[in-house]
Amino acid sequence: MDKRSADTTIGLMLNGTPVTLSPRVGERLSAALRERCGARDVKVGCNAGDCGACTVLVDGAPVCACLMPVQQAAGRSVETLRGLNDDPAMVALQQRFQDHQAAQCGICTPGMLVSAIALLRDVPGPSEVQVMDALSGVLCRCTGYRKIVDAVIGRPAALHGAGAVGDAVVRIDGAAKVDGSERFGDDVAPEGALVIRVIRSPHPRAAFTLGDLDAYAARPGIAAVLSAADVTGRNVFGVIPAFADQPVFAEREARFRGEAVAAVVGDAEVLAVFDPADFPVTWEPLPAVQTVPQALAQDAPLLHPDRAGNVMTKGFVQCGDAEAALARADVTVEGRFSSGFVEHAYIEPEAGFARMVGDRIEIHACTQAPVMDRDGIAEILGWSADRVRIVPTAVGGGFGAKLDLSVQPILALAAIKTGRPVRLTYSRSESMQSTTKRHPSDLRVRIGAMADGTLSGMTFAGDFNTGAYASWGPTVANRVPVHASGPYRIADYRAVARGIHTHCPPSGAFRGFGVPQSAIAQECLFDDLALKLGMDPLAFRMKNALANGVPTVCGQVFAQGVGIGACFAALQPAWEIAKAECAAFNAGSEHVKRGVGIAGGWYGCGNTSLPNPSTIKAGIRTDGAVMLHQGAMDIGQGANTVIAQIFAQALGVPLSALTLIGGDTDVTPDAGKTSASRQTFVTGAAAKLSGEALRASILQRCNAPETATIALEGATLTVTHGAERHDLALDQLPADGDGYVFAACETYDPPTRPLDANGQGVPYAQFGYAAHLAVVEVDLALGCVKPLRFTAAHDVGQAINPLLVEGQVQGGIAQGLGMALMEEYLPGRTENLHDYLIPTIGDIPPIETLIVEDPDAHGPYGAKGLGEHVLIPTAPALLNAIRHATGVSVRAVPVTPSRLHTLLKDRT
Amino acid sequence: MYERRLRPTPQRGHTLGYHAAETLADALTALGQATGARIVAGGTDLFPALGELPAPADLVDVSRVAEMRGIARHGAGWRIGGAATWSDVMSAALPAGFDGLKAAARKVGSVQIQNAGTVAGNLCNASPAADGVPPLLALNATVELSSVAGVRQMALADFLLGVRKTALAPAELLTAIHVPDLPEGAGASFVKLGSRRYLVISIVMASAVVVMDGPWIAQARIAVGAASPVAQRLPLLESALVGCRPDALPVITPEHLASLSPIDDVRGTAGYRRAAVAELIHRAVRRAADG
Repeated sequence: MDKRSADTTIGLMLNGTPVTLSPRVGERLSAALRERCGARDVKVGCNAGDCGACTVLVDGAPVCACLMPVQQAAGRSVETLRGLNDDPAMVALQQRFQDHQAAQCGICTPGMLVSAIALLRDVPGPSEVQVMDALSGVLCRCTGYRKIVDAVIGRPAALHGAGAVGDAVVRIDGAAKVDGSERFGDDVAPEGALVIRVIRSPHPRAAFTLGDLDAYAARPGIAAVLSAADVTGRNVFGVIPAFADQPVFAEREARFRGEAVAAVVGDAEVLAVFDPADFPVTWEPLPAVQTVPQALAQDAPLLHPDRAGNVMTKGFVQCGDAEAALARADVTVEGRFSSGFVEHAYIEPEAGFARMVGDRIEIHACTQAPVMDRDGIAEILGWSADRVRIVPTAVGGGFGAKLDLSVQPILALAAIKTGRPVRLTYSRSESMQSTTKRHPSDLRVRIGAMADGTLSGMTFAGDFNTGAYASWGPTVANRVPVHASGPYRIADYRAVARGIHTHCPPSGAFRGFGVPQSAIAQECLFDDLALKLGMDPLAFRMKNALANGVPTVCGQVFAQGVGIGACFAALQPAWEIAKAECAAFNAGSEHVKRGVGIAGGWYGCGNTSLPNPSTIKAGIRTDGAVMLHQGAMDIGQGANTVIAQIFAQALGVPLSALTLIGGDTDVTPDAGKTSASRQTFVTGAAAKLSGEALRASILQRCNAPETATIALEGATLTVTHGAERHDLALDQLPADGDGYVFAACETYDPPTRPLDANGQGVPYAQFGYAAHLAVVEVDLALGCVKPLRFTAAHDVGQAINPLLVEGQVQGGIAQGLGMALMEEYLPGRTENLHDYLIPTIGDIPPIETLIVEDPDAHGPYGAKGLGEHVLIPTAPALLNAIRHATGVSVRAVPVTPSRLHTLLKDRT
Repeated sequence: MYERRLRPTPQRGHTLGYHAAETLADALTALGQATGARIVAGGTDLFPALGELPAPADLVDVSRVAEMRGIARHGAGWRIGGAATWSDVMSAALPAGFDGLKAAARKVGSVQIQNAGTVAGNLCNASPAADGVPPLLALNATVELSSVAGVRQMALADFLLGVRKTALAPAELLTAIHVPDLPEGAGASFVKLGSRRYLVISIVMASAVVVMDGPWIAQARIAVGAASPVAQRLPLLESALVGCRPDALPVITPEHLASLSPIDDVRGTAGYRRAAVAELIHRAVRRAADG
C-alpha cells in the first residue's frame, strides 16, 4: 500500500471482522468507527480524552478512540462493546449492570463496560481500588458511580419482586443500555444526511456583520447557510411564553459568548474539515456586563430594552413580621453566600436529525420536553403545531438543560431550506458555551432563634445571574422564596429573589431551580445558630422541622405527608456514631481532621401554582399486547420503569405484559416535561388513573367486580372472579382507530392555587423531604476535602422502585458534591471537561440510602417526587462537615483546595 | 504525543498525508520532506488541542518506529524510547529510583491516556503542568534529539524553554530519554495535588529522589511542577536538605522557592501554590526516604 497518499486505504480487525477504510488524514478512530463502520455503540462525549465514553480496546488495551488517528489502528484488533456482546464475561457483567441499575441514561455505559472487561480479563476478582483505577477514565453524570463499582466487583444486588409497586426490579428498558444498541441523539441520522456547523460569537457581547453568505453557500459541498433571515416565523423562543426572548440566530448583536449567529449546512466530508475562521463574519466587541454588580450599575448596557436595570423578574414571599421577630430573637446569625455557574455536563452533547416528510417537519433529538419542543418549533417556523413532529431519541443525561430548545430549531430550518435530512451534534465546548447553566447566586440571609432553639425570623435577599436570556430564570426567582426557609416552621419570614441579566450564557433549569443554592445559605446558618445556642445541630433542626398541620412560609398547611421529621429521625443513629468516630479520630490526628455535617431539604413537586397536567393513554390490541403511551421522558432517572410499574399495578397485569410507546408527539399525548420532580407524581398519577380506567372498562364488559383478576394469554383476555371466568377473544372484538379493543386516556393535574402578592397560597400539591449526613476528612495543610461517606434519608411517600430511588439519591449526591467542592463554569475559561471538573469514580464515597415512606394523599400509591431533592441537602451537609472538622465557615462554593486553604489560613 | 505547531502552514508541492513510519530513518526522511508535518504518537495532546478543527494535512506517526520503542538498559543508565507509553513505564522492571516516574505515570490522565500517551510526547508538549517533567528532572534525564543531520543530546532542563516551547528543531524527533544510573539505594517519589481523584491537571506537584546515609539525607534532588512556566529543580533547598532527618525536615523558606513564579488560575491562586508546594516537597522527601 502507498502510505504516502493522502487517501490511503487501511485495514483493521473490527470486532473480529476485517474492515477496509479510506479515512481522512488523521481522522479520529471514534469518527471512523461511528461514521464509516456503523459502530454507533462507540459514544463521543468530548473529543478530548476527558470523558472516556468512546473507550475501545485496541489489541486488548483500553484507549480513547477520539484520541487515536484511525491510521494508527491499521492492522490491529479493535473491539467495541458490540463486539464483546458474545463474550460470556461481558454477558455476565451486563447482567450485573442491569441488576444494580449501574446504567441510568446509558451514554457512558459502553465506555464503562469496555473498560471493566479489560480489567476483569487481567484481574478476575478486583478490589474496589482496582475497579476505580481501571474505570477512572470514564465519567458518569447520572449514577454517582457506586452502583457501577458494585456491578463490576459483583456484590449482591438488592432485587426483589416482579414489578409491582414497591418492587426493586431492573429497568424495563435496560437491555439496550448495556448492549450498545441504545440510540441517542447522534445515533439516529440516516446515512448521507447533511451536517450542520454553527457559527458562534467568540465574545460575550459583540455587534456583528455577516458577509457574502450566498457566495459561501455556493462553495462545493455546501448546501445552505442559515441566519436570522431564514427564520420564517418568530426568531424567538423560550420555555416560559411571557418571557420568551432568545433568538435562534442573533440579529446584529450577540449577547453571550457562544451565541449562534449563523450555520453552515453541507456534506459530511466537506464539513469534517470545516474551519469557522473561513466563514464571512466580522465582529465588533462591545462592553459587556458579566456579573450581577456590573449589570446593576447605573450606566450598565441593557440586555433587553424592556427590562429596566437588567432585572428580569422578582419573586417574593412574606409572612408575619421578619424584622420584628429578628429583633426579639435571643440570637441571630447572618451571612452572605455565593455560588458560580454550574454546568450540567451530561455526557451526551445535544444532538439530533431532522427531515421533511411531506409538508411536515420531523425532528429526532434528545429532549426532556417533546411537546414544548413541538410548540416552540411551530412558533419559530410560523407553522401550525400539527406540522411539527418531535420524535425523542434516548437522552444521555439532561438534568434540566435539555428542557430548552438547542439543536432543534437549527435542524428544522436546515431541513426545510435544503429539503434533505440534516444532522447536528454539538461539540463539547459548544454544548458548554451555549446551553443553560445553574444560576450563580449572591444571597444575603439573616436568621434568628430564641434561647430554647425556636426559630424567630428570617430574611433572605438573593440575586441570581440569569445570563443573557430568560430560559427558566423566572422559575428560579419564584421557587427560591417559597423554599428558602427549608422544611422548617418560620412564622416571620421575608424572602426576595431577583433574576438579573448579564452577558453570560442563559441560566436555566438545573436540578433544584435555585433551591440547592438557597439551601446552602439557610442550612449553614442553621449550624451557626445551633453553635451559638449550644444545641446539637440535629436536635435544633428536629425542634423546628415542619410537621402535619404546621403552616409553611406560604401559609400552606398539609394535613398529611410532611416527612421531614421522619428523615431527621432516620439519620439520628448515623449522626451519633459519626460524631463519636470523628471525636476519636481527631484526638489522635493533628494534620488531618474529620467532621460530620447534616442538612435538611424540601422541594415542591410540579409547577409552582400553575396548571401542570400529564396525560397517559393506553390500550389493549387485538393480539393481546398492552400498549402504554408513555410520554414522560426517561432521561436516565427511570420514568419508563416507574410509570410502567404504576400503570401495571393499576391495571392488574404483570409489568412484563406491557409494551411501551415513547414520547413521539404524533402518537403519545402530552405527559409534560421531565422537570420539577413531577414525573413520578404527576404522570404517575395519570398512569394510575389510566390503568384504573382501562381495568374498569374490561371489568364492565364482563360484569365483573373490582376484585376480579385480569390475565392475558396471547389474544385471549381472561377475567376471573372466584369460580367465574370470562375469556375474551380479543381478535374477535372490534378495535378503535388505534387498533385497540380496550382503551383509556386519563389526565391528572395536581391541585394548586395561585400565590397572592405576599406569596401566600398553595404552590404545590406535595413536597418531598430529605436529610443528608456527610462525613469528611480535611487535609489541613493542603485544604483538600475527602468525603468519607454519606447517609441520605429521603421521604418518597412510597418507593415505586427502591433501586431507582437509590440511583437518584446516589447520582444527586455526586452532583451536590461536585457543586460543593469542584464545579465552576467560567465562560471562556472552563469550556471543556478537563478545566471544568465533575466528580470521577474516585471522588464518591459509599452512600447509604434510608428510604422513608410517609405516603402523600395526592401521589400515586402515596408516591412523592425525588429527582431534585437528592442534591439539595448535599452541599450544605458537606460544608457543615468541613466546619465541624476545621471550625471554618464556608460561604462560597465550590470550596476548592485553594479556597479552603485561604479560609484555614485566615482562621489563625 | 508531540506537536510542533497548532496550525501548520500548508506546504506547497509534496504531500505526505498520513505517514506511519516503521524505522527511524523513514520517520526522519518524511519529516525532512514535509516541513509542515506534525508528529503524532499517542495523540493525547494533538487531538484535544485541535478541538473541532481539521487534523493537519501531513502527519508522521512515530508510534511504530522500532528504534523508539521500549525501555532498556543503555550504557551506564536507562533509555526510555521516544514512543514508550506511560503504561510501558509502569510495567517496566526499573530500580527504586524510578518510583517517582512510575507514580507520575499512574497519575497521568486515566488508563486510556496512559495506554496511548508517551513520555516523550509529554515533554514535547511542554505544558507547565506536565506530570512527567518533575520526576525526570529529578532523575537528571537527558533527551536524545534526532534528525537527518544527526543526533544530539541535551539535559531535559535545557530542552524545555517555556510554556509550549522546546529546543526541538524543525524536522527533529525526540527519539529517547536517557536516565543515568542513580546511587545505590536511591528512593524516589512523586506527589500531585489536584481538585479531584482522577483525570486531573495538577494544581502543583513535586518529585524527589533521595539517597540516605543511615538516618540522614545524603543527597536530595527536588523538582516541582505547575509553579513556574517550566518545572524546576530547587538546588538551594536540595543542599539544605543534606544531613537532615526526614522526620525533622527544615522549614522551607521563601528563598528556597525564590525561583518559582506560580500564577493565579482556575485551579488555584499563586499564594496557594507557593504554600502547597512547600508541603508537597516535605511529603515527597519523606516518601522518597521511606523507599
